[in-house]
Amino acid sequence: MDVKNILLVGVGGQGTILASKILSDGLITAGYDVKMSEVHGMAQRGGSVSTQVRYGKKVYSPIIGKGQADILVAFETMEALRWLEYINPKGTAIVNDYQIPFALILMGQIDYPDGILELIQQKVKTTVLKAAEIAVQLGNAKTMNIVLFGALVKAMSLENIDWEQAIRNHVKAKTVDINLEAFHAGLTGDRFLVPKINATT
Amino acid sequence: MRKLLTGNEAVAQGAYEAGVTFAAAYPGTPSTEILENIAEFKKDIIAEWAPNEKVALESAIGASIAGARSLAAMKMVGVNVAADPLFSFAYTGVNGGMLLITADDPGLHSSQNEQDNRYYAKFAKIPMIEPSDSQESKDMIKVAMEISEKFDTPVLMRMTTRVCHSKSIVEIGERQEVGKKPYVKNLAKYDLMPAISRKLRAQLNGRLKELEQYSNETSLNYFEWNESKIGIITSGIAYQHTKEVFDDTVSYLKLGFTYPLPLMKIREFATKMETLYIVEELEPYLEEQIKQAGIACIGKEKIPNMYELNPDIIAKSLIGTERQRVQYDSASIASRPPVLCAGCPHRGFFYELSKIRNVMVSGDIGCYALGGSAPLSAKDSAICMGGAPSIAHGAQKIFNKFNENMRVVATIGDSTFFHTGINSIMDIAYNNSNTITCILDNRITGMTGHQDHPGTGFTLQGMPTKALDIAAVVKAVGIDHVRVINPLILSTVKSALEWALSLDEPSVIITRWPCVLKKQSQIDKDEFGNYMSTCEVKEEKCIGCKLCIWTGCPALRFDKGARKAKIDPVQCVACQVCVQVCPQKAISRVGE
Repeated sequence: MDVKNILLVGVGGQGTILASKILSDGLITAGYDVKMSEVHGMAQRGGSVSTQVRYGKKVYSPIIGKGQADILVAFETMEALRWLEYINPKGTAIVNDYQIPFALILMGQIDYPDGILELIQQKVKTTVLKAAEIAVQLGNAKTMNIVLFGALVKAMSLENIDWEQAIRNHVKAKTVDINLEAFHAGLTGDRFLVPKINATT
Repeated sequence: MRKLLTGNEAVAQGAYEAGVTFAAAYPGTPSTEILENIAEFKKDIIAEWAPNEKVALESAIGASIAGARSLAAMKMVGVNVAADPLFSFAYTGVNGGMLLITADDPGLHSSQNEQDNRYYAKFAKIPMIEPSDSQESKDMIKVAMEISEKFDTPVLMRMTTRVCHSKSIVEIGERQEVGKKPYVKNLAKYDLMPAISRKLRAQLNGRLKELEQYSNETSLNYFEWNESKIGIITSGIAYQHTKEVFDDTVSYLKLGFTYPLPLMKIREFATKMETLYIVEELEPYLEEQIKQAGIACIGKEKIPNMYELNPDIIAKSLIGTERQRVQYDSASIASRPPVLCAGCPHRGFFYELSKIRNVMVSGDIGCYALGGSAPLSAKDSAICMGGAPSIAHGAQKIFNKFNENMRVVATIGDSTFFHTGINSIMDIAYNNSNTITCILDNRITGMTGHQDHPGTGFTLQGMPTKALDIAAVVKAVGIDHVRVINPLILSTVKSALEWALSLDEPSVIITRWPCVLKKQSQIDKDEFGNYMSTCEVKEEKCIGCKLCIWTGCPALRFDKGARKAKIDPVQCVACQVCVQVCPQKAISRVGE
């Protein structure tokens, strides 16, 4: 099979790395060659972060190029726009309808861009989720990343892998249940999906 | 057993399997996790955080001389700090095998420069190996130890961010017990007096000749014969990127042992290829030596000599192809810089510092570097680790000599103070300038993800130990005016800064409060208590003045429509800096 490319992007602290660890763990047990690349250090402190996961029969480079991602999972709305050029025009975007503003925006020096979801929906096949609301409804705001992970598994048709075990391997024992709930909410979560916005511009 | 490991985790596994018994490092991205993972092998390996990279390398040298296999790991700029022992240890050679790991950072993800440390091998005249994935990172440790002991030399292993921090599948093996070699006193080998060094200098040249022969023979440098139209010589992560682009359509000479270069192998490869490309990240290290040997090749004419390399750049540079991508206007996307965390103890300090006029702020390498970003913007420079006080001192001397009304404030962290900041503060005391040094002591090495240091009371392997008292050290190196304050209380910060500015002699302010993300020890809990709760904005009192927003706290939001501030309860830890800033007393702890 060809190598598949999954790009997870967000803001430092949102749990993109944990989601990609679970993803890689499951892919390995399914017998794929896997490479995963992440950037640590300074960007963890509320900066823009990305994690790349590539899998297939044989993977060489750990880096996903522009126009190459089969799927882009954006944990934050503006980060989806930042990384949009990495998505294959025939690929899929999963976008969390969740904004994290930063200092320049809060100070009023620049504006949070308008119409991001509409723009992305015009360009590629897109699923928009309100993962933060779902996570809060489930009772733990921090499981937002696992909700998005569930949606990713569905979009990549990877349901056959034992994800419950992979999740158990990576989250604290006392949060296993709520993370599994979050995973299933993302996986089967049509009722949570945001209706497609009719772009008027 | 197969495991998905980062390059750094694989190095740790490799050190274990290769019989290493001593490892030391100073944390630095992208190298930090090497020692963190080696530390897990408590029974077999002594693993230590050293105060800086020079000390780390020196202690590993000591372990080697005593007869054990040892290694030191550091980020690339750390090798600059450790260069002194490195260049001389190349003369003496080893007893137990000794490896220095440099983790370079092409693309400057987390570094102040983009130096290519492959030149250190050539400069120090020591052999170098370059892994391209995690399996090689593990396997090459064992080979490095064998090379080190066979040729009586320290070995340099050069990794890069994408090797250190990418995960790939590794076959796990068993530990090979090598024990310890006997120690025999040998001045002619280990005592670098000039007369001895002169003799060792000649031996060094002979050793390099033997190593060049090894380079031509070792399976670390291998051919992949395919078509002969294009041949590519490459090493490290650039090999993986090149394979991604060309797969088996071109021939390769993959180099894993890159100093000295296997010139015979390179010549053999070149004669069989119609066109020869050199694909390497950063500087033309391979290309310069290959061209110098009279072998025609194409390298940096096509491949950029800066920033991170990737398959797209290689494809575009060598065959002119680019993938289709979505077209859109990206002008509205502002960069999202890293910020001080919600509840960071540095925020209150920088908030007060930013209000003082006629000061130059000399910054350093660590989380507090983020105090230079808007809206706090309290930084004028940051050059290197431990340099803030000495750079401040030189500047203050000049402002004073030319009677300019400018005071200089150095900001430095606790781990950075122990790194080389102590020497810098010694300079201020000894040469006497009224420089103000602020040591932002958050009780841990913060930016690299919470490593212990000489002030925390714990070693890397979790043993309780002596916790150095920063205030006592500062007084001992000659600073008479020292204050230790709580940076969360803005009035205290303000009065401490005013006090320091009023002095004509050197002063030090130590802000002592733990990193908000630190897993607190019992000692921390006893000293600082548990202040974790959240704050909230009383909407009816908020007048939308945004003063709280100007603290730069990421837990604060501003509702433009309602013109009210809001606090994200998930992020807020009730440090209460915003509470003190609000002129309307509209912010308070939940339930107060």
